[in-house]
Amino acid sequence: MTRQSRLPRPGLDRSLPVWLAAALVLLFLMALPLGWLVRVSVSQEGGGVTLAHYRAVLADPALRRALGNTLVLAFWVGLASIAVGAPLAWLTARTDLPGKGVLRALVLASFVTPPFLGAFAWVMLAGPNAGLLNTLWRRLTGLDSPLVDIFTMPGLVFVVTLYTFPYVYIMLVNTLALIASDLEEAAAILGAGRLGVALTVTLPLVLPALVSGFILAVLQALALFGSPAILALPAGFHTITTQIWSFFHYPPKIEQAAAFSLPLLLATALLLLVQKRVLGRRGYVAVGGKGGQRRTIALGAWRWPALAAGLAVMACSIVLPYGILAKAALSRAWAQPLTWSNLTLANFTFTFVDYGATQAAIVNTLELGVATATVGAVLVALLAYVATRRLVVGHQVVAFLALAPIVIPGVVLAVALFIAYTRPPFVLYGTLAILFIAYLTKELPTGYAQSDATFRGIPAELEDAGRILGAGRLRILRDVTAPLARSGIIAAWCFIFIGVIRELSASIILFTPATRVMSVVIFDLKEEGQFGAIAVLGLTMLALTFATVALMQRVLGRDMLGARE
Amino acid sequence: MRTTWCLALLATLAVAGGAAAQDAKLVDAARKEGKVVWYTSLALPTAERLAKAFEAAYPGIKVELNRTGSERILQRVMQELQANIKTVDVIHTSDAGHFVMLKDKKLLARHTPPGVERFPAGFKDRDGYYYGLRATVNAIAYNTRVVSAAEAPKTWKDLLDPKWKGKMVTAHPGYSGVIATHVLALVKLLGWDYFKQLAANQLMLVQSANDPSGVVASGERPVAVDGGDYTFYQIKKKGNPVEIVYPKEGVPLVISPTAITAFAPHPSAARLFTDFSFGRELQQLMADSEGLYTGHPDVTYPADKPKLSELKLLTVDPDELLKRNEEIKKRFVEFFGA
Repeated sequence: MTRQSRLPRPGLDRSLPVWLAAALVLLFLMALPLGWLVRVSVSQEGGGVTLAHYRAVLADPALRRALGNTLVLAFWVGLASIAVGAPLAWLTARTDLPGKGVLRALVLASFVTPPFLGAFAWVMLAGPNAGLLNTLWRRLTGLDSPLVDIFTMPGLVFVVTLYTFPYVYIMLVNTLALIASDLEEAAAILGAGRLGVALTVTLPLVLPALVSGFILAVLQALALFGSPAILALPAGFHTITTQIWSFFHYPPKIEQAAAFSLPLLLATALLLLVQKRVLGRRGYVAVGGKGGQRRTIALGAWRWPALAAGLAVMACSIVLPYGILAKAALSRAWAQPLTWSNLTLANFTFTFVDYGATQAAIVNTLELGVATATVGAVLVALLAYVATRRLVVGHQVVAFLALAPIVIPGVVLAVALFIAYTRPPFVLYGTLAILFIAYLTKELPTGYAQSDATFRGIPAELEDAGRILGAGRLRILRDVTAPLARSGIIAAWCFIFIGVIRELSASIILFTPATRVMSVVIFDLKEEGQFGAIAVLGLTMLALTFATVALMQRVLGRDMLGARE
Repeated sequence: MRTTWCLALLATLAVAGGAAAQDAKLVDAARKEGKVVWYTSLALPTAERLAKAFEAAYPGIKVELNRTGSERILQRVMQELQANIKTVDVIHTSDAGHFVMLKDKKLLARHTPPGVERFPAGFKDRDGYYYGLRATVNAIAYNTRVVSAAEAPKTWKDLLDPKWKGKMVTAHPGYSGVIATHVLALVKLLGWDYFKQLAANQLMLVQSANDPSGVVASGERPVAVDGGDYTFYQIKKKGNPVEIVYPKEGVPLVISPTAITAFAPHPSAARLFTDFSFGRELQQLMADSEGLYTGHPDVTYPADKPKLSELKLLTVDPDELLKRNEEIKKRFVEFFGA
């Protein structure tokens, strides 16, 4: 067949196999591991099916405590994230607060900061005795008791919230940006005070976004591994994720790990279902209208206290942790003042020159980051394209599958992949491939959401025009759609890349000494207490992250927190 | 340093008599293999130093070092074998029970480094599969800025005093072989009840037996209830306000074996590396700069460290350590919470 004779044939588009293949890949990433997970959780030695593992994990008081701890952690992180994220969003979106740009940039920084680095930094800031803040507190007040003890449940909630509230912030700031001021003004004219307006008009309008943000924050807290491992274990308590991880310790109890994973999986799925319901009711005329005007609310005398509060939050989230990391990286003993005699570059030479594992881990991390982001960005672009253009029967299923991995917490995904890929026919454990699969699966939903927005933003009319002129679907994709979708696809790439280089909760179960990544090396060093080297590697990871953020902002022409338009 | 080492090697070879040709063959074969993969629980900077010394002595043979806690090493080795991954050449942990098990499972290669016949009995496997590379004892340590010598704990039982509540740190037997050995030794001396009472003092839990030294030095917790004494010694030498106490009831002795795997992908490099690490020079290096004890009879120790012979040593039987491995981890977690 020559090029000239090619004509579009409706019904027999030859791109169809491409979509089917993509759908199959998804099924393979999800169905096989999860199938194994369920199967192993009910497996019996010598064959047969048993619920013994479920009974074992649910009857063990220590495991029940871990379950309870996780619920307490997640609930309070959800509430605290609203308490911090909602006012910040309102202040930066709707008021005349000074320094809004700075605050927004800092929220973004907190959004991309690996939570386990934050937790590690807070060990140095608020360890009850040696922590910098507590040392200062004692010197100032002369008291014996510490200001904060970070190795407690409230301490853990505090630190996790610092890196989780941006999820609430994003949900809310983007909703607030869409609410027209008319209703609020009407209420004001009718005599409602500023607070009255906020409570009776604005609040109901943003309630779905609030609930949704709460659920997102809860999900983050449920799935987190690094922060509880760093802050809860020293205090002698487990969460579900650290408990699942410790099931892998010798002698391993993989069946129990599988059985303990499923409650977490179900809880996540349930919460997302609720979120979908809540968001699904978002039919307000007032939200979503672009035409209405949004007037800035004058804060008056409250401007400065409000700014101070916002900056205080961001100091806890960014300024103090980054500062103490830098200090630890440059000092011989992190708890001592940074005097000339304590100043050293030895941590850098140790990390980058002496310790061979670092270079290999950085290379692995970058390789995985680039590979996952590239394959992922192309995959989500194809999937979003097929779903938004309704190209195959059951395109809704494609969208559903692409978003489905969001219900799988990293640790659970890792357990499933470990089980599925340490046995024939696919022995991938010990290779970078298993980490690649884990990252790809985990990042798929984020990337897909980004791509979906991109393709929705490209009018189908342009593609139709190309088709009328005789181009095939793939050619249109290349010549018309791809150029328009370019910046959106690069943004998806960056999102995935950032997610991959900081990934810990799945990596910690799937790595082998030959396939270590940066986050795992940091965790290894943490277990041995090598603070200086951790700080150096942590700062390296942050530098990589912010370079990617900068790239994305350049491409998008806006920051990554913004509403998808 | 390399010349000295070569001279030492020559001397050894002369004693061995006629083994020189064989040894050159080993070096050649090892060079062809190009590297040795070493899973070790030796403190990271110490392990790096040892690896660098080997690489300097044998240019062209790289040491691929993977450091983590003893119990994690066993976990990794077994997980890899389950997936049929064979990467590790030399295994070195502080849990002697591991080596009993690995030997029983036929996962170790028999290899006797030259000179180890002169080591004390506790350092040698009677079947010739593994040998103690180094030894340490568990000790108590405290921060001298916070705790005076007079009020410092002198015995293991002193740590049960409620005045230490919230002021102590322990490492974890689920991570560290040094601590697993320590727990068993003290259980045999004082019973599990001791740990139950100790846990009532709300200890901070860290993982590695190297970590309590850092925690005490920083002042985060002024007292460490366990930890390799060599890590305390090193941090004290660096000028940190740390003092070591060797309780009179006896100190748990931890002899950390090393062995070559039966499936080693680099068997010659593994043998060369093992022989090198049992040589006088390396054993002396561990004693001098790291404050470790060794089984080598010719090694001299820093004057400011007690001799092993001056200490009342609590030893544990590797077989028992293996048999009670799960019990140790389980009960510790039960008492301390995680």
